[in-house]
Amino acid sequence: MFSHLPFWPESASTTAGRVDALYIFLVLVSAIMTVLIFTTLIVFAVRFRKRRGRPAEQIEGSTVLEITWSIIPFAVFMSFFVWGAVIYFQERTPPQDAMEVYTVAKQWMWKFEHAGGQREINELHVPIGRDVKLIMTSQDVIHSFYVPAFRIKQDVLPGRYTTFWFHATKAGTYHLFCAEYCGTQHSGMIGWIVVMEPRDYEAWMTSGGGNQPLAVTGQQLFSQFGCATCHRAETQGRGPNLAGLYNRPVLLEDGRTVNADDNYIRESILEPGAKVVKGFKPVMPTFQGQVSDEQLNALVAYVKSLTQPTAQPVAGMATVTQ
Amino acid sequence: MATAVPVDLERENYLNAGYGIKSWLLTRDHKRIALLYLLTITFFFFIGGFFALLIRLELLTPAGDLVQSDTYNKLFTMHGMVMIFFFLIPGVPAVLGNFLIPIMIGAKDLAFPRLNLLSWYLFVAGGLLMFYTILAGGVDTGWTFYTPLSTEFAKTNVITAALGVFVAGFASILTGLNFIVTIHRMRAPGMTWNRLPLFVWSHYATSIIQVLGTPVVAITIVLVALERLFHLGVFNPALGGDPLLFQHLFWFYSHPAVYIMILPGMGIVSEIVCCFSRKRIFGYKAMALAVLGIAVIGFLVWAHHMFVAGISLYAALVFSLLSYFVAVPSAIKVFNWTATMYKGSITYQTPMLYAFAFIGLFTIGGLTGLFLACLGIDVHVTDTYFVVAHFHYVMVGGMVVAYLAGMHFWWPKISGRMYPEAWGKLAALIVFIGFNLTFFPQFLLGYMGMPRRYHAYPPEFQILNVLSTAGATVLAVGYLLPMVYFLWSMRYGPPAPPNPWNAAGLEWMIPSPPPTSNFEEQPVVTWEAYNYDELGEIPQKQEVPVAH
Repeated sequence: MFSHLPFWPESASTTAGRVDALYIFLVLVSAIMTVLIFTTLIVFAVRFRKRRGRPAEQIEGSTVLEITWSIIPFAVFMSFFVWGAVIYFQERTPPQDAMEVYTVAKQWMWKFEHAGGQREINELHVPIGRDVKLIMTSQDVIHSFYVPAFRIKQDVLPGRYTTFWFHATKAGTYHLFCAEYCGTQHSGMIGWIVVMEPRDYEAWMTSGGGNQPLAVTGQQLFSQFGCATCHRAETQGRGPNLAGLYNRPVLLEDGRTVNADDNYIRESILEPGAKVVKGFKPVMPTFQGQVSDEQLNALVAYVKSLTQPTAQPVAGMATVTQ
Repeated sequence: MATAVPVDLERENYLNAGYGIKSWLLTRDHKRIALLYLLTITFFFFIGGFFALLIRLELLTPAGDLVQSDTYNKLFTMHGMVMIFFFLIPGVPAVLGNFLIPIMIGAKDLAFPRLNLLSWYLFVAGGLLMFYTILAGGVDTGWTFYTPLSTEFAKTNVITAALGVFVAGFASILTGLNFIVTIHRMRAPGMTWNRLPLFVWSHYATSIIQVLGTPVVAITIVLVALERLFHLGVFNPALGGDPLLFQHLFWFYSHPAVYIMILPGMGIVSEIVCCFSRKRIFGYKAMALAVLGIAVIGFLVWAHHMFVAGISLYAALVFSLLSYFVAVPSAIKVFNWTATMYKGSITYQTPMLYAFAFIGLFTIGGLTGLFLACLGIDVHVTDTYFVVAHFHYVMVGGMVVAYLAGMHFWWPKISGRMYPEAWGKLAALIVFIGFNLTFFPQFLLGYMGMPRRYHAYPPEFQILNVLSTAGATVLAVGYLLPMVYFLWSMRYGPPAPPNPWNAAGLEWMIPSPPPTSNFEEQPVVTWEAYNYDELGEIPQKQEVPVAH
């Protein structure tokens, strides 16, 4: 909408237009306030400059004025707050059925893995018209995933997942920056978001060929690490049955209830003793240091796939790759 | 008025009360300690400024071609650390506050003169550690020391830099403590709380932050050092720590710290606007309450630095809301300064020009702060040049401009000499133009999406970066000029009368420069602050006869 203005970033997501509109509002209000203050200053400075025979007139102050120029700005500020909060709320609440991409940041590159198993480095291909959710973690220090054309950024932390979602609206290639200073090559930790027409995107997805869906990789790891010994599908094993677990509340030994989200599953693999499910013993060994972040992502994707409506992990993921 | 009183150059004052290095290094006179601080922070200001100039030169071209990435990272880190911990934070309080607070309240010295000297030594010790860090190859964590980068991954001199900040922090705590006790206990008879100059009020608010906030950052920095040495696992998630805990602790101090830097500047501007408008301040009580309000609410907004860091949605909402609360007292101050000029009798000497610049630049700095407090906008512009621009509008356009205003205003009192007025006005103009040219383009860069702390950048950002670098060279000239003519005036400037501006306040009732004990006899205050109705106009000519 405003992209024809000089020094204005490209807009390529549904969020961009919303942020731009609010920004323009803030710029206008600020400009009015600035012009008012500057004009008053200049007018006073000229009109009340020192003149012979006209001494300064002493004024104590005025409570009415003070209250007025406290309340009016405050009311204006509140409109900033509410409007900004609404946008933030949308930015931080990813839609349920978003297409998921696992993202791993490390000094100094971005690694992506699509649900279909396609991997990319420093480049992320996404289609127009779909909600895309990135599930992100870092292998080392804090990074920040920033796409100016989407007007969104989110820090990427070691040891936990953060998420970032967007709905691209315009085909093109857009900057991806790391926005949190992360060491020597910080300014080289850049990449591209390639937004494609849905048809081009499907073609791109299938062109690589031979990719194994992420959840299938996770399934293999699940048996490779011997998880299936305790977390059995049919009967109750020594560990809880994981089918239908994802995004459900879980009752813990200590009486708390937590939501089984990505972070919970991740934590339960790395620190099994942290949140033990009610009725189970803390017997699971930690996998800290034994699984890479990519393998963790695959395992999490597998556990999530056990909740897909189709129940079959491979089929559940296949919709993306077709 | 003052013009009739001849200036006695031979009169004993704090400057000629003793000669030799010992009389300075062992002094307990708050005025001499203020000058020791002045020398030290000026030294660091030019080191930090030199780093800034190298940063701007590197950013002249998109490619990282002037210095290597590691060097660039060290440059912006040390620019930040030196400027914030060794210039901005001590800046106004340790120099002008130290010099003026006892005189303004009618006291002979601060409550604890030895503690005051100790604080300077601690500051120098911290400064030496910082200087050693620079000579030993620097540090590259960013001035924010974010973990786990600083505790695990950085391979530079993090420990000595952290130690330098830690030690200098104690100087800050002691200065704050000294001011609080002095203002409570040492006021002259009749100098009630309602008669305190706003300069004193703003230092009182600043001191509270220094005393309450600095210990938190000191502990945090020690934890960083310990984690780096012994792998404690407080902040590093690989060891079971939480990197966000560091950010909470760091900003719990470092956000209020920006008020340590700006509140004293507000005090200076209040003094100057009144003097050159020949007016009582508009709404004295509101102005005093506003600085206290800023100091208190300033402690409750720290997480607005963390809206994209991974804090919860509701925490972000609360901190955004509270950040707007702190904007209200700031707005009141701007409106009241403006209202003070109404029906005044305004003249435009150098300090007043800087005060005008301050109000204008602080308005822009403050309004862009509202953008950053706004969640939907902050997500896009945080960690970009928008933040860099906003911060420098408040810190350089605000604090440094106020500091220069104050230095010109009280230079006759401090040195006993007048600075050359025409050069002063020229320098003020150069600073104003250079500043805006340097930092305004950075707002545009920020919204375009240029991240901060980037050694190399995409070519579409170049035009604005060239403008910014051009501005920085102009700004450098604006800073060098006062340095030169202040030094010149110490020898060649015309002797200053006790009250060259015909200004209100106890500091203008004693000779320039003041005698060591400030007041010959105990002053008794019978007037309100800013009693300009009793003072008349500023004398036209500042030349005064010299008695021999």
